[in-house]
Parts: sequence; C-alpha cells; structure tokens
Amino acid sequence: MYDVLIIGAGIIGTSIARELSKYNLKVCVLEKDNDVANGTTKANSAIIHAGYDAKNGTLKARLNVLGNQMFDKLCRDLDVPFKRIGSLVLAFDDNDLNTLHKLYDNGIKNGVKDLYILSKEEVINIEPNVNKTVKAALYAKTAGIIGPFEMAIALAENAYENGVEFRLNSEVIDIKKEDVYVVYTKNEKFKARYVVNCAGLYADKINDMVSKNRFKIIPRRGEYYLLDKSVKLVNHIIFQCPTKLGKGVLITPTVHGNTLIGPNAEDLEDKEAINTTREGLRFVLDTAKKSVEDIPIGMSITNFAGLRARTELDDFIIKEAEDSKGFINVAGIESPGLSAAPAIALYVLDILKSSGLEFVRKNNFKNKRKGIIKFSDLSFEEKNELIKKDSRYGRIICRCEEITEGEIVDAIRRPLGATTLDGVKRRVRAGMGRCQGGFCSPRVMEILSRELKVKMEDIIKDHEGSYILTGPTKKEVD
Amino acid sequence: MQYDLVVIGGGPAGLAAAIEAKENGIDKILLIERDRELGGILQQCIHNGFGLHIFKQQLTGPEYAERFINILKEKNIEYITNTMVLDITDKKEVYILNEKLGYKKINAKAVILAMGCRERTRGAISIPGFRPSGIFTAGTAQRFLNIEGYMVGKKVVILGSGDIGLIMARRLTLEGAKVIAVVEIMPYSTGLTRNIVQCLKDFNIPLLFEHTVIDIKGKSRVEGVVVAKVDENKNPIKGTEIYYECDTLLLSVGLIPENELSKKAGVIIDKRTSGPFVTESMETNIEGIFACGNVVHVHDLVDYVTLEAKRAGKAAAKYIKGTLRRDGVKIITINGKGIRYVVPQIININNSKEVTLFFRVDNIYKDCKLEVRLNEKVIKSIKKDKVTPGEMETINIDFSKLDIKQDDKLFVEVKE
Ligand SMILES: Cc1cc2nc3c(=O)[nH]c(=O)nc-3n(C[C@H](O)[C@H](O)[C@H](O)COP(=O)(O)OP(=O)(O)OC[C@H]3O[C@@H](n4cnc5c(N)ncnc54)[C@H](O)[C@@H]3O)c2cc1C
Ligand SMILES: Cc1cc2nc3c(=O)[nH]c(=O)nc-3n(C[C@H](O)[C@H](O)[C@H](O)COP(=O)(O)OP(=O)(O)OC[C@H]3O[C@@H](n4cnc5c(N)ncnc54)[C@H](O)[C@@H]3O)c2cc1C
Repeated sequence: MYDVLIIGAGIIGTSIARELSKYNLKVCVLEKDNDVANGTTKANSAIIHAGYDAKNGTLKARLNVLGNQMFDKLCRDLDVPFKRIGSLVLAFDDNDLNTLHKLYDNGIKNGVKDLYILSKEEVINIEPNVNKTVKAALYAKTAGIIGPFEMAIALAENAYENGVEFRLNSEVIDIKKEDVYVVYTKNEKFKARYVVNCAGLYADKINDMVSKNRFKIIPRRGEYYLLDKSVKLVNHIIFQCPTKLGKGVLITPTVHGNTLIGPNAEDLEDKEAINTTREGLRFVLDTAKKSVEDIPIGMSITNFAGLRARTELDDFIIKEAEDSKGFINVAGIESPGLSAAPAIALYVLDILKSSGLEFVRKNNFKNKRKGIIKFSDLSFEEKNELIKKDSRYGRIICRCEEITEGEIVDAIRRPLGATTLDGVKRRVRAGMGRCQGGFCSPRVMEILSRELKVKMEDIIKDHEGSYILTGPTKKEVD
Repeated sequence: MQYDLVVIGGGPAGLAAAIEAKENGIDKILLIERDRELGGILQQCIHNGFGLHIFKQQLTGPEYAERFINILKEKNIEYITNTMVLDITDKKEVYILNEKLGYKKINAKAVILAMGCRERTRGAISIPGFRPSGIFTAGTAQRFLNIEGYMVGKKVVILGSGDIGLIMARRLTLEGAKVIAVVEIMPYSTGLTRNIVQCLKDFNIPLLFEHTVIDIKGKSRVEGVVVAKVDENKNPIKGTEIYYECDTLLLSVGLIPENELSKKAGVIIDKRTSGPFVTESMETNIEGIFACGNVVHVHDLVDYVTLEAKRAGKAAAKYIKGTLRRDGVKIITINGKGIRYVVPQIININNSKEVTLFFRVDNIYKDCKLEVRLNEKVIKSIKKDKVTPGEMETINIDFSKLDIKQDDKLFVEVKE
C-alpha cells in the first residue's frame, strides 16, 4: 500500500515525485512508456519563461513566475544544463508596440522582475541578426533555456535515490475506489491512499476512471527545425508578438549550442500525431524569417513535433476531484508547464496536505544528484586522469558530439538507466549531432546489447515495436 | 610527441598520401584512424568495381584497401587505429584521444587531412512525417549488412539514386529483401551509369525520376511512405501521390565532406565543394596543412582519390624538406557555365607544369564540349556524347608551353 501513486513520468510527475521524496512517504510512479520523459516533455521549446504573458490571476501566471525562480538551485543540485539567457519579444509595427506594453504591464502585475522595453538600436546591438525592420522589443532578463528531458531524468533519478519506486511499461488501465484507491495496470494492481494524475495528453482518460466531472484534452501540435551547432543566429530567445494561438514561432539557442526554430500550433484529434508536416514546417520557416531573414535551413539536422495538452479552460487544472477525495488532477499542463513544474510540485503538496496527508521530513534526504560526466567539457588534465581510471573514456563512440563509451555505459548502468537507443541519446546526446546517429548507432547498439545482455536484434529505437534490425544476414556474401 | 607528418584518416586517401610521403623521403610519419581498422569507407564496400583505372582490375573495396595497407606495413609507416583526432590548430598541433595514450598533443611539421565524408540525413532535407525506426542512411545500412552482419528490413524504398543507394538496392535484394522502388527528385541519377544498370535494371527495380518522399507513416517502425511527382521547383504535385507499404526507408541523398576538424585549424571551406580551397599541391590556406580525398570534394571513383592523395603526399614531403615553392605566378580556376566546381581552385605552376583538373557538371548535357579557357583563349576542348553530375570529369592541362601571368583565370565550361 502506497501513500501516493503518481501516474505519468513527464516533467510534472517527476517533479512531484522528487518533492515527495523529501518526506517519509511511500511513493510510486507508474509510467506507460519504457522510459521517463518520453511524452510531451521530450518535444517542446525548452524555455523557462519569465512569466509576463500568462494572464494575471491565472494559475499559469502564478506558478510560472514562482517556478522560474526555482531553477538555478534545482539545476545546480541536480546537475542539469540551464542558462538564463533572457528573451526578447520583437515588435514590428504600432499594433505590436501596443502588445509589448500590455505584456510589460501584465508581467509587472504577475511579479516578473527585470523587464525592459528596448529601443530598435538596443535590440540590434545585442541581436545583430534580427530583421532590421524591428521597432522595439520586450526584454525579459529572467527567461532561460534548459534541457527538458535531462531535467525530468535528473528529477526521476534523484527521487529514485531517495526511495521513490518507478514502474515503467506500466500503463494504468483502470482505477477503482474502495476504502483506498486500487490502480490497475495490465498485470498488476496497486493500492494507494492518494493518486496524482499527471498523465499529460491522457489526463482526461485517467480522470474519467475516477471522477464524473469531465474535461477534454485537445492535442495542439507544434513542429520544429533544429539546426547544426555551427550556426549561430541569436543570443537570446527571440519571440514575436503572441497571437490567439499562443506565443508564436521562436528562434532560440539550445543549452547544447544548437538553434531551435518553431513551433506552429494546430489542434488535432490524434494524441499520438507527433508527425511533422510539409505545411507546418513551411509555416514555421516563413514565420521565423520575420524575426531573422537569413536562416541557413540547409543546416537543419532534424525536425520534430510535440503535442500540447490543452483544455477549453485555458489554464492549468490542478485540484482534488470534488467527487473523489484523494484523487488529484494535474491536467491541461500546456506551456508554460515546464517552467512552472517545480512550483506545480509544491502546489500539489499543499493540496495533499490540506486533504489530510501527513508530511514528516526525512533526515537523510539527498538533495544532490551527480550527473553523467561530460567528457568533452573536461580540461586536458581531467581527461587524462579519467582515462587512467577507466579507459572507456578514451574511446569516442559518437563522433559528432564527442561522446565516449564511458559516458554511454554510465547512462545505461545508473538507476532508471537507458534501455533504448533514444534513451541513450536523451541522456548523453550520442546520436544527437549532425550525422544523427549514422556512425554511432551500430556502436551504441553493441554497447546496449553487451550491458543489458540482450541480442542486437532486440534493441529498439524508442517505443515498443521500434525494432531496428530484422535478423542476421545470409552467411555468404556476393 | 613530435612527427614530421601527421595524416588524419586511414581511408584510401590517407593511406596513399602517407605512402607517397614516405617514398619521397619522409620518415617520421604517423597515420591516425578512428575506426577499428584501416581502409575507411572501403571496408564496407564489399562489391566489385574498385581500381579499374589504377590496377586495371576489378577489386572489391576491402581488396583495394588491402593493397595499400600492405604497402604501408611493408614500409614501416607508423599508424594507430581506434584513435580520434579531436582538435588541430593552425600551428599544426594535433590533439588525439584513445584508450591507451589518453588525450595527447602531437606536434607536426605538416598535416594531411583525409577524413572523408559523411552522409546527408533525413533532417538535412526535412522529410516530413513520423520518426519511427527503419529509416537509415544507405551507408549505415551498408555497414549493418556488410560489417556487422545484420539485415535492416524486408520491404524497402530507397530515396536518392546516389551510388551507395544503388549498390544497396542490389545488396538488399540478394539478401532476400524486396526493394520496391528507388525514388529520385532530379530528372537524372547522381550515381554511376554502370551502377544503374547492374544494380537496378538487372533486378527489375523501378527508378522514378522527378519523384520524392513526402510523408513517412508508422509510429514505432516505418509502415509506409508516400511518394509524389515534383514540378520544376521540386514541389510535390497534388494528385500524384503513391503509397508504398514498406518497413524500411533508405536514404542516399548526398555526401558532405567532413570538415569540422579542418575549420578548427582555420582552414577555409569552398561553398561549392564543401571542402577546403586547395592548390595544385593540395595545400589548404594554412601553410603545411594539406587535404585529399572526400574531405576535399566527393569522389565517385576511388582511383581518383588515390591520385589526388599522392599529390598531397608528395607536396607535403616537399614542404617538410623546404622545397615547396611559394614564389611564382598563381592562376585561379573558375567554374564557368554548366560546371558546379573545379579542384584545385589555385594553381602555382612553379610546383607542377602539368595539372589534372577535377570537376563536375551541374546537369545532364548531350553532344557537348568541355572547354578550358585561359582568360579568353580556348586551350582545350573535348567532345562528349554525354556528361552527368553523377560522374566526375578530369582534364589534364600542360602549362609548360603557355604564357602565364599572375592572376590569370582558367575557366572550365560546358559548350552545348
Ligand atoms: C510545442 C510545445 C512547446 C512547448 N514549449 C514550452 C516551453 O518553452 N516552456 C514551457 O515551460 N513549456 C513548454 N511546453 C509545455 C511543456 O512541454 C509541458 O507543459 C510539459 O512537458 C508537460 O509535462 P507533463 O509531465 O504534464 O506531460 P508528459 O511529458 O506528456 O508526461 C505525461 C506522461 O504520462 C504518461 N502516461 C499517459 N497515460 C498514462 C497511463 N494511462 N498510465 C501511465 N502513464 C501514462 C505518458 O507516457 C507520459 O510519459 C511546450 C509544449 C509543446 C507541445
Ligand atoms: C559508401 C560509399 C560507396 C562507394 N562505392 C564506390 C565504388 O563502388 N567504386 C569506387 O571506385 N568508389 C566508390 N566510392 C568512392 C570511394 O571509395 C571514396 O571516394 C573513397 O573511399 C574516399 O576515400 P577517403 O580516404 O577520402 O575517405 P574515407 O574512405 O571515408 O576515409 C576517411 C577516414 O578518415 C577517418 N577519420 C575521419 N575523421 C577522423 C578523425 N577526426 N580522426 C581520425 N580518423 C578520422 C575515417 O574513420 C575514415 O576511415 C564509394 C564511397 C562511399 C562513401
């Protein structure tokens, strides 16, 4: 019997799990996929928003601003890449100027610090590549960029280290309320006093299993281009003025030095439709050119798409179900969900508290997590030191990102370690570079096969069924 | 560690360059290869067709490589494998990494870049659709089959008619897979004619020109692709979509010289070739740093790689001995009408009176002439039944009888 069962191991589920792991509670996370951070958390803009655009008075606004302030310490403790590079909203005409001032005022009301309106000259001075027709910009110094899946993985690892259980490949298919909650997966059932629903796009389905108060999640797709590291377009996160569909197409550096361009916004029915489209990508590129005219799109190394879990309400739904005590929805967590995640976790703890869960702090809570050593960041001496201890750090596997065998083995062996090609990729970036795994995927598969003691043919790319090889070749060759 | 010459890359280019330098009197040579064995991309090219020009023989890739590897060993040229060069500076300091030595700096008097090329990926051409498993570049698939011994799929569509794609169409068919079609966006193939005949026609594999893949289906593994005809601007034409059920999509959509390392040393890259600007001696803009093979421009025949590498090896030897000439008049080569690029880009005739120009045309031309002009004067004209972008052309120019002035321009052009 668990005190708390968390459904979903995205940024929200893992943030809550890690927060709960500070207390003497028996907590378990159920995740349908074979890895954490494999839903919306792996495909978004990766911005820690400042919090000026969410409407004052909403949960989104409050938790965004609070969450933003928590990232420095969190990322230091958990060894996650995070950079406060600041954001700019560009204005190109009088209408836009009007919007900038509204955003500024809303930001001040929301409690956002370090907001400034910059003149054309000031903008071009710090961003020489932006379209010269820019008139002014709203500068938010506190905005930042992060590795979103690295963050969720780090939170999960730290929660695990502090006693939270994780059950992967465990899709919740039914929940019954007896004296406590009984949560069913295909092969098991789990009992718990409290259930927290962080199932992202499927939060409506989970809610339907328990509560009569329905809501509907509408997937809203956003598509992206990711450019090679050799391209340096902008120094800040560059937005255009928001439209009714959201914050619009942005151009930003990523924490690893690539350039990210996107997203568009398109409402869909299919919750698995993470495909990119010709029209969507064209729209993204055409729109982005308004911010920076000269985009070397030939340097694109990949495209991807993510689905926002939107509801009609236009705000996060974070509350205990009125008709089912102890069942807490954390739903409709569209943008700025990532930015708000640490604050959402605290807010959920408050809800649990007022619903009667007792919190007693652990005295042996480990707040620090040691990340995977990043070999290429080490000094000359440190590199040699490390290779002397473990020669696998002397063997480069991913040539584009310069990732060594030592790092890959660590990614596989650590708690909640990688079991798939993409799992390795999300943890250490092998295969994320310009050749997109062309050179290293056979090598990484070999290491996975050796470490996990499975056959090469059984290694998968990502989700179940994403097999890579179909079997050995015939013995004789032509 | 101190060497006269460091060669980066143990493919055919690096091998021939190191051997040539040794034959020209350089003793302290180190050849560095990141893979487990020497030979470069040739090790996975187990088909026939290498060495027709140089050995007048049909060798397989590994056989061709072996001949050079054997000479390298006979000549006691030092080499290390499983070793990655991570950095080079314009002072010719080379930083290497491997399990035994760790991270080390090597000082060299001269460096030859021979890192080869990599394949363009799905991301580079932004094919929309899902991102399931079952999408491979042709070279990666070739490696899985020929080196690792695994099949990558059962029903295959190939996008792009580059040579590796064509070779893989045959290879996969012989392995029992069904290759449904090869789809090419251009009105011509970028592969060699002999490969189209021997790998597609002989196996009845259809080749669709002016078509491309516009969508990929399948959430876990590829389940199918949508192919459509394109108009003259390469936009898909509505109503021409064909759905092919398949589990694999192979991409043979071009190769890119691998110059990230070169750039670190300050080597300037020519946009036309994606490789360094080079002289008749295969020297880059950085004195003492030479380049040859696919790192300079993508070759379709290994024989030419070897030729070019010998030039680089010989010139590096001269440079080390202080006999490479810097004085004298320099000519610039220019890709005129119908020509995509010309290598070398700069010629100093003091270093060689006879130079082979390597170049590619930008389209298919029939019954045409390839013309070389020195400023206005035509100095060579060669009749051709057909030229195609898929086959590199070469022309030898003898400068000894020509009157050359500083900054003269040498134009290469197609005359229809
Ligand atoms: C295009 C786009 C851009 C965005 N940009 C930003 C941004 O720049 N900044 C920002 O702050 N936010 C941004 N967001 C929002 C942010 O990405 C999300 O708010 C956040 O990732 C949501 O995390 P989550 O944990 O709620 O959902 P998810 O990451 O989707 O996690 C939900 C998990 O629940 C699991 N699950 C579902 N059903 C079940 C079940 N039945 N049983 C067990 N497990 C189940 C899923 O497998 C999944 O792992 C963006 C979103 C999108 C789509
Ligand atoms: C897949 C394929 C099929 C082909 N088929 C044919 C054919 O049928 N017939 C024919 O005549 N020609 C064919 N060719 C053309 C010809 O074989 C190539 O042009 C030739 O192999 C190029 O030689 P190279 O030495 O320049 O490059 P490569 O053979 O690619 O060698 C470069 C070497 O450098 C190493 N290297 C790169 N970077 C570093 C670093 N930082 N540190 C250490 N080492 C490094 C690489 O590992 C590699 O071994 C084919 C080419 C390819 C790519």
